[in-house]
Amino acid sequence: MSEELVFHFDVDGEDFTSAGQASVQIKKILRRLGLSPEIIRRVSIAMYEGEINMVIHAGGGVADVRVFEDYIELVLKDKGPGISDINKAMQEGYSTATDTIRSLGFGAGMGLPNMKRYSDTMEINSVVGEGTEIKMRVNIR
Amino acid sequence: MKISTMKDLLDAEVLCCEENLGRHVYSACGCDLMSDVLAYVKDQAVLLTGLVNPQVIRTAEMMDMVCIVFVRSKLPTEEMLNLAKDSGIVIMQTKKRLYEACGILYSNGLVGNKAKNE
Repeated sequence: MSEELVFHFDVDGEDFTSAGQASVQIKKILRRLGLSPEIIRRVSIAMYEGEINMVIHAGGGVADVRVFEDYIELVLKDKGPGISDINKAMQEGYSTATDTIRSLGFGAGMGLPNMKRYSDTMEINSVVGEGTEIKMRVNIR
Repeated sequence: MKISTMKDLLDAEVLCCEENLGRHVYSACGCDLMSDVLAYVKDQAVLLTGLVNPQVIRTAEMMDMVCIVFVRSKLPTEEMLNLAKDSGIVIMQTKKRLYEACGILYSNGLVGNKAKNE
């Protein structure tokens, strides 16, 4: 693979029930590419948590997935409120989600920690009032 | 344990993907918090939960799970069943509560996170 494969997804922020559609799609694409189940699971869970975050906190956003020879890169961008304290947001159990979101099984303060858990590297760039960009990399070998 | 054995033990009703009842599963988890399922569950094949919304199906799908048991007679929506059918995930419903359902399966040999699944 000399040229990387690029996949773009728009994440709709209006509808919580449809959150996860991009992750399901990327999972199918990675299966077709013949990647190992472990890698596919790590990428799709990281993406899924990212998607859920964009829907519950930022009114949606965009996700770009690039498949390189040695790694897969996920870039999630939103124009939401931004994260004021990234260290706090990275703590397991810390969440600013509403009770409604909690009643749906999310907002337990595990989203960002899970994304970090399943990726090999993760960078967060966030500006309060402007939005957040998260770049994750999952090594294939 | 075969999924069909789980069905008998839990006195459960199968709501979709009956054709996969012959599959074997070796571990399970009981949880209403999907982020915890995504964090701590590795190689689990069965999710027992009292939470009913489409994200339960998607979470199971992300984790490559093969069966979801809804406890306390909770009924999934048609939309959820369609999502499950797309992935071949067996959906069951039991009258038992989460604690009891997990206890029955555990004491019959379906443990937590020890064995690898098919």
